[in-house]
Amino acid sequence: MAQLVIDNITKAFGAVEVLTDISLQIGDGEFLVLVGPSGCGKSTLLNLIAGLESITSGELLIGESVVNDLSPKNRDIAMVFQSYALYPSMTVRQNITFGMDVRGVPKVEQREKVQEVADLLQIGQLLNRRPAQLSGGQRQRVAIGRALVRDPKLFLFDEPLSNLDAKLRVEMRTEIKQLHQRLGTTIVYVTHDQIEAMTLATKIAVMNGGVIQQFGTPQDIYDNPTNVFVAEFIGSPPMNIFPGKVCSDGNSAEIQTKKSGNVVLELDRCEARDMIAPGQEILVGVRPEAFSNQAPLGAEGNVQTVDLIIDVVEPTGPDDLVIIELGGKEVVARLEPQSCAPETVSTLLIDKTKLALFDADTERNLLQS
Amino acid sequence: MISRILIYASLIVLAVIFLLPLWVLIITSLKDLDEIYAGGIMDLPQNPSLQAWARAWGTVCVGLNCTGLKAFYANTFMMAIPSVFLSTFFGAILGYILIKWRFKNSELVFGLILFGAFMPFQAILIPVSQTLSYMGVRDPVLSLIIIHTTYGIPFTTLFFRNYYVTFPDELVNAALIDGAGFFRIFFKILLPVSTPIIVVAVIFQFTGIWNDFLFGVSFASGKDVPVTVALNNIVNVTTGRKQYDLDMAAAVLAALPTLLVYIVAGKYFLRGLTAGSVKG
Ligand SMILES: Nc1ncnc2c1ncn2[C@@H]1O[C@H](COP(=O)(O)OP(=O)(O)OP(=O)(O)O)[C@@H](O)[C@H]1O
Ligand SMILES: [Mg+2]
Repeated sequence: MAQLVIDNITKAFGAVEVLTDISLQIGDGEFLVLVGPSGCGKSTLLNLIAGLESITSGELLIGESVVNDLSPKNRDIAMVFQSYALYPSMTVRQNITFGMDVRGVPKVEQREKVQEVADLLQIGQLLNRRPAQLSGGQRQRVAIGRALVRDPKLFLFDEPLSNLDAKLRVEMRTEIKQLHQRLGTTIVYVTHDQIEAMTLATKIAVMNGGVIQQFGTPQDIYDNPTNVFVAEFIGSPPMNIFPGKVCSDGNSAEIQTKKSGNVVLELDRCEARDMIAPGQEILVGVRPEAFSNQAPLGAEGNVQTVDLIIDVVEPTGPDDLVIIELGGKEVVARLEPQSCAPETVSTLLIDKTKLALFDADTERNLLQS
Repeated sequence: MISRILIYASLIVLAVIFLLPLWVLIITSLKDLDEIYAGGIMDLPQNPSLQAWARAWGTVCVGLNCTGLKAFYANTFMMAIPSVFLSTFFGAILGYILIKWRFKNSELVFGLILFGAFMPFQAILIPVSQTLSYMGVRDPVLSLIIIHTTYGIPFTTLFFRNYYVTFPDELVNAALIDGAGFFRIFFKILLPVSTPIIVVAVIFQFTGIWNDFLFGVSFASGKDVPVTVALNNIVNVTTGRKQYDLDMAAAVLAALPTLLVYIVAGKYFLRGLTAGSVKG
C-alpha cells in the first residue's frame, strides 16, 4: 500500500539545476509515467525516488513516511534499469536471488519465489543461463523478475523497452500492463515514447527542461494540453499548431495560407472563446482526427467546412494522413483512405469543439491563463 | 600480395634482431669455456652440454653461499608473490572506489596517486629506508614487500580505474537497491568480471618486481638478496678467466620466470590492455 508524494523537489548537480520545483502525487496502485525528451531529467527524478541520488531540496514520501535520507535498500522499492543491469557473472537464477541472499531470505522461500516469477514471466527454462546468452526480450523479463521477487511498495522502471525492436516493444508493453493489473503495485515508469505513456499510464507527467509541464490523466493531457510543448509532444501524429489572428467579431480567427487563400475558422464552440479579443494573435491547435471529409463528424452546429488544397497524401492503411498548409505550418489531417488526391482542392470538415487556443507569446493554453 | 610479403619480411627481420641476444645467450651457455674463447660468438656449440646450467642452478658460489641460484629464486618468490597479490588487490579496491564511489576531489586524489607512478626510484631510496627504520622494519623480505606493494599501487590503481570506467554504473545501482554494500558489490559483482585486468596487473607487477635490482641491492644483503642481485654477484665477482658459459646460463635462469609468464599469459595481457578501450 503505497502512495508517492513528490513535494517541491529540486535537484542540482553543482551549480546546474536539472530539476526545478517538481511536485506531484499519486495514490496506491497508480501507474505514473514520466515522459519527455532526452535530457529533461526523467532518469534523475527516478534516481531521486530510488535514493541513488540525493535530493537538493524538497520532500519525498513513499507510503506515509518521508524517505529523503533513507538509503535505497531501505525504501522498499525495486527498479528495472534501461540497460537491465543484469549481473554479468551470475546466472539468471543468481541474478534473481541476489537481493534475497543479501536480505537473508531462507533458501526454501527463495526457491518458491524464483519458481513463482519464472512461471509468471515464462523464464523457467532460462534460469541456468547467463545474461550474455539471452535475447533482449528475455533479459528484460529477467530484469523484471528480479524486481518482482522483492514484492516492493513501489516499482521503478527506467525506459525498460527502449532497447527492444518495435514488435517486441509492443508485446512487452502489453505484458507490463497486464502485470500491473494483476499485481496492483504502484509503478513509476520513465519513457520518452509518448505512445507508451498513453497506453500504460493512469497518470502522466510530461517533463521538459527539468520542469513538469503537465500532470494528469492521459485523456486529460491529450484533450487539454496546457501548452504548445505538451500539445506537440503527445499524440501521433501530434496536435497541429498554426498561427492565426482573431477577427473583429471576436468569434473566429483568420488563418493565412499560401495556396488556399485566407481561411476563417469559427471559434464559437471553442472552450476558450471567452478568452480572446478581436485582433489578438493566437496559436490554434487541431488534432489530426478533428478533420474529416466524410459527414458527419458531430452534431450539425459543431462542424464547419473549409476548402483547402491538399499537398501530400500518406496512406497508412486504416486511414490516410493528408498534409495541408495552414498559417505557414504543415498540418496533418487523418482522413478516410483514398478519399482525396494531392494537388486538388478538398472540402474538409473540422470539429469546432476540438480546437485548442494558445497564447502566441507564452504558448500557454488560453484556458489555463 | 607484395605488401604482405613486405610486412612479413620486415616482421621476421625485426623478430630475428630481437631474438638474437637470447640466441647468443643460449648457445654460449651450452659451450665449454675453451670453445667460447677460441671461436666466434655465433658459432654453434661443438659438444653442447648442460653442465654450466647445472652449476648455475645448484652449486655456484654467490658471495659466501655456494648454493647456486636456486636459493635466491626462493628469496625473490617470497617477496614477489605477496607484493604482487597485495598491490593488485589494493589497486583493484582503489580503482573501484575512485570510479564507483566518487567523492569530492576524487579526481585530485587519483592524480596524486598517479604521481607515484612517475617517481624515479633513486629519488626515494633514502626516505624509504628512513621510513622503514622508523616503522621498525628490519627484515629484508618484509621491507621489499612493503616497498614493492607501495610502488605498485599507483600502476595497479590506474589499470583498475580505467577498466572499471567502462563498467556500467547501473549495475552498481542495481546492487545497491538489492541491498548490497561496499564489499559485497566489489567481490560479487565487479571482481568476477575483472579477470582480464587482473591478468594485466599481475603480469606487470610480477615482471617489474622480479626484475627489480635497485631495491633488492639496497635493502637486502648476503643470502637474502633476490635473484637479480645474485646474478649480478655471480657475473661480477669472478677471478681468473671470465666464466661466460656460467654467466649466460645464470642470466637465462634469472629471466626464465618472466619469460614463461609472458609466453603463458601474453595473449591475456594484450587482451586486457585493450579491454578498457573497446566496449563489450
Ligand atoms: N551526474 C550528473 N552530473 C551532472 N549533470 C548530470 C548528471 N546526471 C545527469 N545530468 C544532467 O541532468 C540532465 C537530465 O539528465 P537525465 O539523465 O535525468 O535525463 P533523461 O530525461 O533521463 O534523458 P534520457 O531520455 O536521454 O535518458 C541532463 O542535462 C544531464 O546532462
Ligand atoms: Mg534517462
